[in-house]
Amino acid sequence: MDALEIARWQFGITTVYHFMMVPLTIGLGLVVAVMQTVWFRTRKPEYLRMTKFWGKLFLINFIMGVATGLVQEFQFGMAWSEYSRFVGDVFGAPLALEALLAFFVESTFLGLWIFGWKLLRPGLHLAALWCAVAGSAISAYFIIVANSWMQHPVGVKVVNGHPVMTDAWAVFTNNTALVAVPHTLLGSLGVAGAFLLGISWYHLWQRRKDGIDTVGEDGRVIPGENPDLPGRDRIDHRVWLRSLRIGAVVAMISFAGTAVTGDIQGKLMFVQQPMKMAAAEAACHDGTSFSVLSVGDVGSKDCSNVAAVIEIPGLLSFLAHGDFNTDVKGVNSLIPQYQAQYGKNLPNNPIYGDRAGEAIQYVPVMEVTYWGFRMMIGFGGLAALAAAVALYLTRKGTVPQARWLMRLAVVGILAPFGANAAGWIFTEMGRQPFVVAPNPSMAGSFDQVFMFTAAAVSPGVSAGELLTSLIVFCVVYAALMVVEVRLLWRYTRGGVASAMPELAEKHDDDGEHKQSDDVLAFAY
Amino acid sequence: MNLPTVWFCAVAVLWIGYLFLEGFDLGVGMLMKLFARDDDERRVLLNTVGPVWDGNEVWLITAGGATFAAFPRWYASLFSGLYLPLTLALVALIFRAVAFEYRGKIASARWTAAWDWAIVLGSFFAAFCVGAMLALTTTGLPLDANGDRVGGAFAWFSGYAALGGAAVVGFALVHALAFLALKTDGEIRLRAHLAFRRWMPLGVLPLVAWVIAIQLRSGAWWSWTLTAVAAMAAVASWMLARRGSEGRAFLLMALFLAAGAAAIFSAVYPVVLPSTLDPANNLTVATASSSPYTLGLMSIVALIGLPLVLVYQSWTYWVFRKRITLGSIPAAHNVVPAFLTRLVTGREVPEPPVGA
Ligand code: HDD
Ligand code: HEM
Ligand code: HEM
Repeated sequence: MDALEIARWQFGITTVYHFMMVPLTIGLGLVVAVMQTVWFRTRKPEYLRMTKFWGKLFLINFIMGVATGLVQEFQFGMAWSEYSRFVGDVFGAPLALEALLAFFVESTFLGLWIFGWKLLRPGLHLAALWCAVAGSAISAYFIIVANSWMQHPVGVKVVNGHPVMTDAWAVFTNNTALVAVPHTLLGSLGVAGAFLLGISWYHLWQRRKDGIDTVGEDGRVIPGENPDLPGRDRIDHRVWLRSLRIGAVVAMISFAGTAVTGDIQGKLMFVQQPMKMAAAEAACHDGTSFSVLSVGDVGSKDCSNVAAVIEIPGLLSFLAHGDFNTDVKGVNSLIPQYQAQYGKNLPNNPIYGDRAGEAIQYVPVMEVTYWGFRMMIGFGGLAALAAAVALYLTRKGTVPQARWLMRLAVVGILAPFGANAAGWIFTEMGRQPFVVAPNPSMAGSFDQVFMFTAAAVSPGVSAGELLTSLIVFCVVYAALMVVEVRLLWRYTRGGVASAMPELAEKHDDDGEHKQSDDVLAFAY
Repeated sequence: MNLPTVWFCAVAVLWIGYLFLEGFDLGVGMLMKLFARDDDERRVLLNTVGPVWDGNEVWLITAGGATFAAFPRWYASLFSGLYLPLTLALVALIFRAVAFEYRGKIASARWTAAWDWAIVLGSFFAAFCVGAMLALTTTGLPLDANGDRVGGAFAWFSGYAALGGAAVVGFALVHALAFLALKTDGEIRLRAHLAFRRWMPLGVLPLVAWVIAIQLRSGAWWSWTLTAVAAMAAVASWMLARRGSEGRAFLLMALFLAAGAAAIFSAVYPVVLPSTLDPANNLTVATASSSPYTLGLMSIVALIGLPLVLVYQSWTYWVFRKRITLGSIPAAHNVVPAFLTRLVTGREVPEPPVGA
């Protein structure tokens, strides 16, 4: 592997990893804020417990988002210096604004929320959480503005071979970003939904298994109590049932919303990155049918043995155009078009290193785009379907006793994570071989901006350095993933009492409590 | 002043903000082993920075982001040139962040001890690597005409890297002692105060050496003036501490840092990153900066955004202004209910009472 390939693997791995934490932070943050708001208004104890419990899991996850985000911020300069030099004039601004306008808000107000339970008035304390949640959403907006500019560069003119910003409004209202932001935020809600659903299901199941909850003649639940286990009272039952239902509804809203916004994205993509659209479909020839399943070597470069097995006539055309009979261009007719516009071979410029003069491969890896697209939609849909089934199964107030169903609900937490990862991998790899994809509406003009990924990597950094950091990050990330998941699982099993020591305290009446002086409502 | 110069100052201000704020939480991190005597004391230390350390760290992210936006070529050359030390810094920051949050999450001696080391080493390496990076951006890297480092993965290494690293580590340590004297009470406060008086001259020495080294290379009358201000602030801080004024000693440490860093930045101006190979390859404020349009946009946003940040961050410090003592720390099982460990290790679920 050469430096470019290692750098790409590193960027892909670290970003997808970061985006395991991010959607849970965004989605769960919002849900917790709503829970606390309900508690603030109604003072119902179950909502306080929900806030505390889900808030605890939120924080365990949040910190990993912070830790991995740091790598993201630095690695453009470290591994992609040529890219940073090329795009810095436009691309750096959203990144800097994200830090200034979002990360400060997020981190400061979250600190106030965590430690401020007793120090701030309840309304102010709630407002702190809402500020932090808003910070997350703002951060998503800015980073996606940056990313969307790579998908669809706007608002620039070329000076000395570099894009220079001329129209900030165009950059910050890039239509690509305006749909990608809601799409990503809604996709994040799906992660939170499945998370709530799976964990709540586990607890309702455990309560039945422990004999705390029983089911009456009519199949309705009879919530009980186990005074020997902290927090296992009747309110506890309401906590999990409410959470489960909130989770299910959120997951369904998420899917409906991603479908609507995704549909708009598809139409934009058809105009802005036609090759990505064709590759998402493994569509070799022009046509109107959407392939549900294609077989053969989807990854082959020449399309010679890709055969569609199940097709829905007209659907592809509908996705791209909104009608059923406009041909969508296939890979075979796009290749010559791209070659004519952007060249057949990489230029003989030293920034391409050994790759100078190589033939340009305009078709992205089709296995990835084709399956990535289907996995994104499939996993999201699966989660929504499961949520509907879960609502039905729990209509009488608890879950069935079957262990496999509980396992399924817990494993199902992974589905929206998968959908999100697949969506990003599809978007980013579908853009190849460009790191900044050309904007077709500028084609042929002097202002045309694009950059091949092959030119983006840091020329001064050796493959050895990149490989070292790749290995280090993989090892560290793998270890931390194990730690995080174990911690989440531990706190999950402990239930609400693991986030509310006061529930447990009633039980440890050994009389030798150390009373603290209330300066800290919470301490590390 | 033209826009690139304004942004050079802005980047300098962000770095000073970072070193001032994160300086004490990095130092507190290192002091977890060097100063605290037992677990309760470690928790006192940890909680003096608990609510604020993450907000402090964002100054680093903002400094990086602002460098990217305002001086893309500086960002690109410096970060790629220091590839391995920055990788180390990132790993250190990752472990440190996670350790703050996870340390108390399981009540087991082995667990907390492991995370304590993560905090100590994470703080040390983060401080050292950031210091090395800042020193090297003032003294230079072997850069070619494109701004790429030549000479291999370790070509950046020089005595200045070590000096800069030591400067930030040393400053962070004594700055944290001054901070602890302000933020704690009782015996810890007294000890922190005494330790500050004792170690302060040694702790600031490498930073002073770096400031003077830069002045000798390219100082001008105004940067020498700043150097003098820094030196006076350091002496005054130490003398005030000896007289028992903790608050003023801490503020003068801040002045020392600000004047010292300003002396460095103003002495290297207009060069942002010198090339040790050929002065023609130096990156300067003019050659490394973004277009006036971008800088103008950033200026408007920064003029609104930065004061806001200062307001709500100051407010946070005010909310958490109370001194922390051993008595403020809840017992460990308050954080991690003992029953949880029981639950997870051996599930001894009691029989539910009949008819519950
Ligand atoms: C859709 C949203 C989204 C996307 C695409 C990304 N991030 Fe992120 N990032 C967040 C949403 C987010 C967040 C939800 O706002 C996080 C998670 C935890 C947190 O503190 O904020 C975050 C944290 C976070 C942090 C730490 C902030 C702190 O210390 O408080 C940094 C430096 C970055 N990110 C930088 C990046 C970069 C450079 C990315 C692009 C490659 C990126 N993120 C992708
Ligand atoms: C968190 C969501 C994101 C995910 C999961 C993601 C995923 C990926 C993946 C998988 C790759 C590797 C593609 C390949 O090598 O073929 C990649 C490349 C890249 N992405 Fe993203 N990306 C995300 C967001 C962003 C954002 C927001 C930016 C810019 C601000 C960005 C900039 C880049 C760059 C510079 C590369 C390297 C060049 C390349 O190999 O294409 N990505 N990303
Ligand atoms: C019917 C449902 C969906 C459709 C039609 C759809 C469509 C799309 C399209 C066309 C893109 C690529 C945009 C581009 O490259 O220009 C995309 C990206 C993405 N999708 Fe979806 N999607 C759907 C469901 C989902 C679900 C359920 C999730 C997650 C839970 C999700 C997460 C993502 C993410 C994270 C990206 C990358 C970021 C972005 O460009 O917004 N999508 N989607």
